[in-house]
Amino acid sequence: MTIRSRPGSPTVLERFKKKDEVALARLISLVENREKDYEKILAGLFSLSGQAFRIGVTGPPGAGKSTLVDKLASHYLNQKKSVGIVAVDPTSPFTGGALLGDRIRMQGTSERKAAFIRSMATRGSQGGLAAATGDVALVLDAFGKDYIFLETVGVGQVELDIASQADVTLLVLVPESGDSIQAMKAGLMEIADIFVVNKADREGSRKTVAELDMVLNFKRKKGEWRYPVLPTEAVNNVGIDVLLDTMDEYRKFAAEHHLFEKKRREQIKASLLGMVERKIRNRAEAALKVELETLVEKVWKREVDPYSAVEELLAADGQLR
Amino acid sequence: MKKAAKAKPHSPRVESSGLTRGPKIVHTARDVKNFKALEKRVGKPGDFPFTRGIYPDMYRGRLWTMRQYAGYGTAKESNERYRYLLSQGVTGLSVAFDLPTQIGYDSDSPFAAGEVGKTGVAICSIEDMELLFDGIPLEKVSVSMTINATAIILLALYVAVAKKRRIPLSQLSGTVQNDILKEFIARGTYIFPPKPSMRLVTSIFQYAKDYLPKWNTISISGYHIREAGSTAAQELAFTFADAIEYVRAALSVGLKIDEFAPRLSFFFNAHQDFFEEVAKFRAARRIWARIMKEKFKARKPDSLKLRFHAQTAGSSLTAQQLEVNIVRTALEALSAVLGGTQSLHTNAYDEALALPTEKSAQLALRTQQVIAHETGAPATVDPLGGSYYVEHLTDRLEEESWEYLNKIEKMGGAAACVETGFFQREIQQSAYEYQKQVETGQKIVVGVNKFVENDRFSGKILKVDPKVREDQIARLAQLRQRRNGEMVQRKLGDLRKTAQGTEGMFPVILDCVENNVTLGEICAVLREEWGEYRGAVVL
Amino acid sequence: MKKYRILLAKPGLDGHDRGVKVIAAALRDAGFEVIYTGLRQTPEMIVEAAVQEDVNAIGMSILSGAHMTLFPEVLELLKKRNSSHILLFGGGIIPKEEMDELERLGVGKLFGPGSSVNDIIYYLKKALPGQKRKEEALF
Repeated sequence: MTIRSRPGSPTVLERFKKKDEVALARLISLVENREKDYEKILAGLFSLSGQAFRIGVTGPPGAGKSTLVDKLASHYLNQKKSVGIVAVDPTSPFTGGALLGDRIRMQGTSERKAAFIRSMATRGSQGGLAAATGDVALVLDAFGKDYIFLETVGVGQVELDIASQADVTLLVLVPESGDSIQAMKAGLMEIADIFVVNKADREGSRKTVAELDMVLNFKRKKGEWRYPVLPTEAVNNVGIDVLLDTMDEYRKFAAEHHLFEKKRREQIKASLLGMVERKIRNRAEAALKVELETLVEKVWKREVDPYSAVEELLAADGQLR
Repeated sequence: MKKAAKAKPHSPRVESSGLTRGPKIVHTARDVKNFKALEKRVGKPGDFPFTRGIYPDMYRGRLWTMRQYAGYGTAKESNERYRYLLSQGVTGLSVAFDLPTQIGYDSDSPFAAGEVGKTGVAICSIEDMELLFDGIPLEKVSVSMTINATAIILLALYVAVAKKRRIPLSQLSGTVQNDILKEFIARGTYIFPPKPSMRLVTSIFQYAKDYLPKWNTISISGYHIREAGSTAAQELAFTFADAIEYVRAALSVGLKIDEFAPRLSFFFNAHQDFFEEVAKFRAARRIWARIMKEKFKARKPDSLKLRFHAQTAGSSLTAQQLEVNIVRTALEALSAVLGGTQSLHTNAYDEALALPTEKSAQLALRTQQVIAHETGAPATVDPLGGSYYVEHLTDRLEEESWEYLNKIEKMGGAAACVETGFFQREIQQSAYEYQKQVETGQKIVVGVNKFVENDRFSGKILKVDPKVREDQIARLAQLRQRRNGEMVQRKLGDLRKTAQGTEGMFPVILDCVENNVTLGEICAVLREEWGEYRGAVVL
Repeated sequence: MKKYRILLAKPGLDGHDRGVKVIAAALRDAGFEVIYTGLRQTPEMIVEAAVQEDVNAIGMSILSGAHMTLFPEVLELLKKRNSSHILLFGGGIIPKEEMDELERLGVGKLFGPGSSVNDIIYYLKKALPGQKRKEEALF
């Protein structure tokens, strides 16, 4: 039930538009929890969004992503820009709980007013997670954040999907990542636009940087983006300036080569399809509850094959066909 | 030989620290590695590998030092206390600092609100330090300072006071804890990232080598690692991993192993599992002797000897049925004595709630005196040597520690493991495991989950007078008024420049404090240059 | 099941976080989403984090004896941020009389040394469903 606005007390949305962080946090929860009316809210916020620059940051655990995000965010904050950070960490598959500790490393940021940090647990939802993260980013965008970081652990599919919500994506590795790079050679370019070898004061960092550079730019054609591989020591504030410059370069390059438009279109397409899929599925589940149960039973007893069962289901609801 | 005697690597440690299930019902010669050669393997007291002690006569020659660490609000109050102690025949002082001093804030910083003078004395400037040691002959007393992240500043202040009084620096003796790695691992009073922090540590080594030959430049501490919840084997392994890192750092700035190794000292926890603790101290000496001899090729016999201070386990004290803590502390202290400690601090029974009262502190000291003079425990060297069980435990702890140490080496050493949070994770897991056992009643804590009385704690706890902070702030304001501000700015400029380079930091910091620059001002510049570190929390 | 989010914080300069970390792990294992802020938090930082994370409760571990100032300060800041629906609970060395006084002020349950983590979990599971934010219109 939607609660009607009482005269005199501003609605959450009104407060949101007046830059009330409590309202922002409330709407993020609403979107994250997929509460009633969340789509209406997102629809309303859409027109306010589209201004922020989204930075995806992913990489293996312990690579120093949070510290790196902290340093980058500090830079933007010092330039009087506003920053939002979404830090995603895994939910325990056994207990459903999660321990979210990324804020600890972002205190340089959180001491200042402008950074809004939100920790999110994956909550086991594989497909929906990237969408939810993207939606949370949209809320931050609509709120007026200039830069939005999307930080995720790992280099699996889910993380990549989240990263794909960004305008530029950084893959943060450490010198010891050399071996795993070899194993995932081909996929690297799909993951990120800029590669960072953090903790570069450790042994083997030069080698890892060189190897990565080889793998990434070996087959580069003229006019294509040359994947930068940058050594950093985020903890000691080393290499951050170069990284910031490189991100600017990428932004320019992407604008000139219309990469953003392409990316955004793909994002839009993917999210539209995702929403359609979810809707149809939900509708099917609701409308065909009885039929579905019956068919599950029949397939299980091997009275019907699954392929014919699908046809039967589609036939049962004319709208789906 | 039976397989059972062997510990599985890094599985929940059987027997260890009273976790999981208990030891075998009976231990025999078969549980001791190579029992026939035991005597040779263990060695004589005073001989390599020092299992039985670092001196041939141990406490028959000289009792351990009864050193009670204490903290008092202002420099003036502490000074009065020290003078009293010295008049009672004490030859060594042990200084506790408040948290702002430990974390590099002056008493007038907003971060210091509510903390000034609470866990120890507040020191901001050379004025405070002069007051603290007013009338105390620095050339005669040994001064131990429990200070880490800002150790270099406090030592510089100490040196500055001595210089002002024209005391030859070569006569100064004492200790700074200066063990920053365990702050990252367990105690939490760090400021800067690991790399510049280690630079401060070695800066002290460098300066002390040339000017402070009698100073113990570090006290490598397992105490806090254990307090944070580690097992006995983890306490040993992580402490020695830190020690190896410090030795390497010292070597890397050009020191020779036998030059500084005899000045390294250690600090361990005397915890509850009685025999395991005795075995732990015995194993510690053996491990260290091997590390120094085999890894670092030390030659001097003194380089191979592990000297350590022990303190009973604060974490074993309970708020329930307070008086039971007296018994716990006595048994823990006994284990340290049977394990051959060089000095000992016994906790007061009411420290589970607040700083000790005079009476409880005295009782803690009396506990040591009873062990020393009434029990007969110090009468013979290593009285538990040769016990099947204790020798078995000694072997096992040594083995487990080496497994950890080798693993840590493979992961790049202690500094790298601090950054990845390896130590922190291992300790947290042990702490969590322990808590679960308490919750399920597998582990019994008298008065807490068994033999419970309904004694909800009531009464006052000691609070520091807010006047302590007001006084400090007023004195600081006066100092800032009176001193040469231009000079202060110039010195801070020098400091910044040096911080950007790579050389030793001690001389420039000494120059700062001699010119009335405060501890907070020095740390503010270093914070700007090096950044502040946020701990690795991996759970 | 509704996911409850809990912020755990350690105000002050004290670095002894064994207890708060054990609680964090235990709450995670009980199905909560736990946000740990780390050491050296000011009341402002704690409330700021609680607001941004839209948590259901804040747990503070205070061993320094400063509980009589810190708990009321956080309560006050929560009120100022229009976030009094957030349950504030905690642990530390707190005499019974002071516990009672803090509870009168609106602080939730306070757990003394040696408390069982199961008690804490039980308490939160019981208290949180009743902890509702003021109903307000979205649009």
